[in-house]
Amino acid sequence: MNQVLALPTTHDEAWRYADPAALAALDAGELDQWRDITLAPGEATCRVLVLDDASPGVQRLRLTLAQGARGAMFAIASASAYTRLEVEVRLARGAHFEFGGVTVGGGEATREFVTRVIHAEPEATSNQVVRSVHWGRATGNFLGAVHVARDAQKTDAAQNFRAILLEKGASANAKPELEIFADDVKCAHGAAIGALDDTAGFYMAARGIPPEVARRLLVRAFIADAFVALEDEAQRDDLLEQAVARLEGSRL
Amino acid sequence: MLRIDNLHATVGGKEILKGLSLTLNPGEVHAIMGPNGAGKSTLGYVLGGRPGYEVTGGTVTFRGQDLLALDPHERAATGLFLGFQYPVEIPGVSFVQFLREALNAQRRTRGEESLSGGEFLKLARAKAGLLKLDMEMLKRPVNVGFSGGEKKRAEMVQMGILDPALAILDETDSGLDIDALRVVGEGINAIMRQQDGGPDKAVLLITHYQRLLDYVKPDFVHVLAGGRIVKSGGPELALQLEAEGYEAVAA
Repeated sequence: MNQVLALPTTHDEAWRYADPAALAALDAGELDQWRDITLAPGEATCRVLVLDDASPGVQRLRLTLAQGARGAMFAIASASAYTRLEVEVRLARGAHFEFGGVTVGGGEATREFVTRVIHAEPEATSNQVVRSVHWGRATGNFLGAVHVARDAQKTDAAQNFRAILLEKGASANAKPELEIFADDVKCAHGAAIGALDDTAGFYMAARGIPPEVARRLLVRAFIADAFVALEDEAQRDDLLEQAVARLEGSRL
Repeated sequence: MLRIDNLHATVGGKEILKGLSLTLNPGEVHAIMGPNGAGKSTLGYVLGGRPGYEVTGGTVTFRGQDLLALDPHERAATGLFLGFQYPVEIPGVSFVQFLREALNAQRRTRGEESLSGGEFLKLARAKAGLLKLDMEMLKRPVNVGFSGGEKKRAEMVQMGILDPALAILDETDSGLDIDALRVVGEGINAIMRQQDGGPDKAVLLITHYQRLLDYVKPDFVHVLAGGRIVKSGGPELALQLEAEGYEAVAA
């Protein structure tokens, strides 16, 4: 192993909720591999990533969006070992970044999304929605940094994170981070972590829906939030089905 | 059809129902009236099986079964419908999906065939029409963005689709304007009135005011106060309560 490349530890801010044992086992050389995606002015792309047992570990993507470009990314992190998707985005004037992510699973694993969105020029927009559903002793994290450069006026950046923990012992962490150096900007973030809504559960039961069916309907609706912005309906349905299928093995 | 005998129940450790007894026979419409805090909504929730509402004594028999031994969804499948005072919003689940799951789950529990998508939509459209609710609204998430009156009409559409034997309607008249009150009242009559030769039907209206009773005429009126029925009578009792107040009549 190359000694120049140090492994990250949970003392690093961007890795603070990661699994220390899993970090120690990472390959530092591989860790430094960034995949680059560059969009020309006005160009649009939509990427779908399923990080299941075929691709656990750390994936790093760097998106550079030129003026008016639109980059969308939708991801599921569901592998049974430590899984981390890092996305760094640079937005030029009027560009838009859309991110929808779902971490789902049980066991012991930590699954996390780490994004850094740089609004480098005025009038760029970004929207990020992450949903986590965990059980066992699993952890789901969303670390979302938004950097608004000086003069990047009319920036509109939004982040929303919600987690449902199906069992005691599972956990979720949200770490929004805003660095704003312009004054005419809108940056919104929200986070909520909780159990399934009992009131809705009883309402459904009072109409004859058995508890396990009610829980599945509620969790499906919860997960679907993350993929609302995926325009291709067939792709959206397929991704939702894949995320819902990962609930097998939970007590749902 | 429903026989409640000496029912005691607590909520959060506090006794709310203190020996309530009531019998409903097929074909009957009963109204339970009473002041705030008397235990009216608690009675509905206890019969529906809401978690946190603990029965500490007494029995409830519904269509020959021990109602209290059944889970909430099994009570629904047995023919009990609980109309909510505050219908719950469920983002991300459409009414059509919700009600089709509900109806087919009930049918499966009863050993009946599920309805196809087409059959279900036909039924839903007919019942929505009866309550003058735009079918398009049933494609929206359950109760999300509905006004108070729309939620109550949607409750009655649900009742029409699920076609229960017994409807317990908790303050179904609250939040309704005069026109909506008439539509809902006529809907209750159309869905829940006993038909000659039809299946057994009964209604328990839980209400604070007399006004719904102008449209859904009760056969019996009961006054609930302090966790038990303190007075029973015919429809004239509701008028007397409205005129004289609970304290004067129930004392």
